[in-house]
Amino acid sequence: MPSVVSLFVTCIVDQLFPKVGMAMADVLGRIGYDIDFPEAQTCCGQPAFNSGYRDEARNVAEHFLRVFRESEYIIVPSGSCTSMITHHFRELLPDNAEVGRIEAKTWEFSRFLLEVAKVEDLGARMACIATYHDSCHALRELKIKSGPRRLLSHVQGLDLREMDTAEECCGFGGTFSVKFAEVSGAMARGKIDSIKKTGASVVVSIDSSCLMQLQGALHRAQLPIRTMHLAEVLAAR
Amino acid sequence: MEETRTIPGALSNERLQLAIYASTKRLMDHRSGAITPELLGDYQELRTQANALKKHTIDNLDYYLEMVEERVTAHGGKVVFCETGVEVSDFILKLAKERGARLIVKSKSMTTEEIDLNERLEDHGLQAVETDLGEYIIQLIGDTPFHIVAPALHLTRYEVADVFQEKLGVEKETVPEKQTMIARAVLREKFLAADIGITGANFVVANSGAVVVVENEGNARLSSSAPRIHIAIAGIEKLIPRAQDLGVFLKLLGRSATGQPLTSYTSFLSGPRRGDEIDGPEEFYLVLLDNGRTKLLENPDRRQSLYCIRCGACLNHCPVYRKIGGHNYPWVYSGPIGAIITPQFHGVSKDPWLPFASSLCGACAEVCPVKIDIPKLLLDLRADVTKDKEQKGKSGSERLAFRMFAWMMRRPKAYAMAGRIGALFAPQGSPWISRVPWYMNLAPIRAWLSQRDLPPPPPKSFRRMWKER
Repeated sequence: MPSVVSLFVTCIVDQLFPKVGMAMADVLGRIGYDIDFPEAQTCCGQPAFNSGYRDEARNVAEHFLRVFRESEYIIVPSGSCTSMITHHFRELLPDNAEVGRIEAKTWEFSRFLLEVAKVEDLGARMACIATYHDSCHALRELKIKSGPRRLLSHVQGLDLREMDTAEECCGFGGTFSVKFAEVSGAMARGKIDSIKKTGASVVVSIDSSCLMQLQGALHRAQLPIRTMHLAEVLAAR
Repeated sequence: MEETRTIPGALSNERLQLAIYASTKRLMDHRSGAITPELLGDYQELRTQANALKKHTIDNLDYYLEMVEERVTAHGGKVVFCETGVEVSDFILKLAKERGARLIVKSKSMTTEEIDLNERLEDHGLQAVETDLGEYIIQLIGDTPFHIVAPALHLTRYEVADVFQEKLGVEKETVPEKQTMIARAVLREKFLAADIGITGANFVVANSGAVVVVENEGNARLSSSAPRIHIAIAGIEKLIPRAQDLGVFLKLLGRSATGQPLTSYTSFLSGPRRGDEIDGPEEFYLVLLDNGRTKLLENPDRRQSLYCIRCGACLNHCPVYRKIGGHNYPWVYSGPIGAIITPQFHGVSKDPWLPFASSLCGACAEVCPVKIDIPKLLLDLRADVTKDKEQKGKSGSERLAFRMFAWMMRRPKAYAMAGRIGALFAPQGSPWISRVPWYMNLAPIRAWLSQRDLPPPPPKSFRRMWKER
C-alpha cells in the first residue's frame, strides 16, 4: 500500500469547487494516506484539445507530465480529466515515453478507493434521497459504472434511487455548453425531469463539470435539489 | 414543416420534441431488448468481427470491386461505376430513353437521397415514385428524410392524415394501419405500371455478386422484381467480401436499427431473370457510386467513416440529434454519422460548426454495430477546422483565448494570480448567479447564462485553502 498520494484537483475544482478537493483530501487522509499537492499543477489541457487546438493542448499536457513526474499515485476527482490523461495524452504525445508512466499511475478518485485502497465503507453518514449521474467520460471511456454506487451504498442514511436516464449526457460538453447553449440547456432540462421523478434531494456524480451544468439548471428552475461530488458525500459525517 | 429546420424552431416545437423523443426511445428500447446476453451472447464479438470485416474490405476495396463486377457480369447483369450523382442520373436517363421508360418505382435509398436523384430525373420528365411508406409520405410534401432509417419520424399520424387527405384526396384517416392501406392501394398501381425499379443496397456481396436489401414492407422486393428493369444503386463502401459474412452483418443491422433479429424481408438480388425462371427483371444494373468516397480512403485514420451500415442507432442514442432533429444537419446524413461524414465529403470549410455540435458523450460509439470511433473522428475534424485557412480569420478571438490559455496553464503563478483577480471582480454572495456585471458580460458567459445559472467563485481557491489549512 502506498503511503503518499498526489492530488490533481483539476482547474475547475481548484477555482470553482475547492470543497470537493478538500473533501477528497479528507477521505484519503482518513484511510491513512499522506497527501501531496504539487503546487505547480494547473489543468490537463482538455478544453483546448476538445476545441481542436492540439498544439495548445500539447503544451499543457507536457506541463502536466513535468509536474507529476515524481508522483507515485495521481488521484483525480473527475472522470473526464482522468480520461484526458489516460486516453488522450498519447494522441498528443505519441513519442513521449513519460505518457505511458503517467497513464499507469493516474487514478480517478472512486476507482482508486475501490481498486487500490480497497475500501468500500468510508464511514460516511448523510440522511437523504440521492440519485447518481453517470458522467459520460467516466462511463464510456473509463468504464466506471458500479463503483461509485457501491461506495454510496455504504453511506449511512443515504437512499440511492436510480433515475431512468442515469447514462444520458447532462449536456455540458465543455465549449459545447456555450457554442450550442440552447441545445445544452435543453439536454440539462431533460435530465432534470428524470432527476425530479426519483424524488431525490441530492444529485451525486464524480465530475464537477456535469454538476456545475446540472446545478446551474436546477437553480435556474428554482428547484430545491442540490448537487454534490461523490467526495463530498463520502466525507460527510 | 419549416420550423424543423432551425435549432430554436425545433427545440421550441413541443409536438416535434415529443415525436422525436417517443420514436427514438422506442427504437432504443427495442435495440437494447434485442441484444441482451440471453438473446445475443456474442453481441460484442459480432461488433468486433463486423469492424474487422469492414476494415479488411475498405482496405482492399479495389480488389473486391473488380470481383463484384466480374460476378455480376457472369450473372448477366451490368456494373456501372459512377463518380458523381450526375453520372448516375445521366445513365438512368439514357437507359430510360432507349427503353421508352416513363415511370420509376423506388425503394428506400439514402444513396439516391445523397445525389438528389429524384429531382434530377423529374427535371427531365421522368417520374420516380417512392414506395417505402415513410419516403412516400415525405415525397408527397416535398420534404427530406428526417432520419436515416425512419424518414418520416418527425410526423405524427395526425399529420400523415392531413397529408393523405390533401395530396391523395381521401377521407381523413388517422389509424396507421388504415393509412398504410391507402398508400398500398396507390402504390400497387405504380408497381404494376412501372418500367424501372430502383433499389438501394444494404450489402453487396463481392464473391457472389448479390445485392442484399433488408426491409419490412416488401416494397423493395416488388421494386426489384415487378418492373422490367432493376437498377440497384450502392455506394462503393457497401461491399462485403463473402456471402457468409452476412451472418455477422445481418445479425447486427436489424437489431441495431429497430431491434428486429431480422427484418421482414431480406432479398438477395443477383442479376436478371435466367432462362428457366418465371419472374424477375429482364435487365439488371448495379450502379456503384463514388461521389467522394475515394477521397475518404486517402486517410487511413478516417477510413472507418466508410464502415457505416446505416442502421441509425447513433442517431437514436444521440442526445443532440434527439433535441435538434434530422433537419438541422446540413446534409441528408444526420446525427453523429452525418456529423463525421459530411465534413469529409464536403470539406471542413463548408459547415465548420458541425463537428462541434456534440457534447462528446460517446453514446454513438457505444452503440455503433461496426465500432466506428465517432468521438475520435469528431475531435480530429475539430482539429482540422482550427487549422483550416478559411476559419483562421473567422475565429480570431477563440484562437487567441486558447493561446492565452496554453500560456497561462504552463505558468502556475500566472494561473493562480488570474484566478485571484477573477474572483475579486466576480459577483459574490447569493448561492448561484443569473447575471453578471457589465465588465464580465462576455459572449460565452452570456450564452451560459441564457440557459442556466453560474457558481460564484469561492472566497478561496483550493490551492489557497490547502496552503492555509
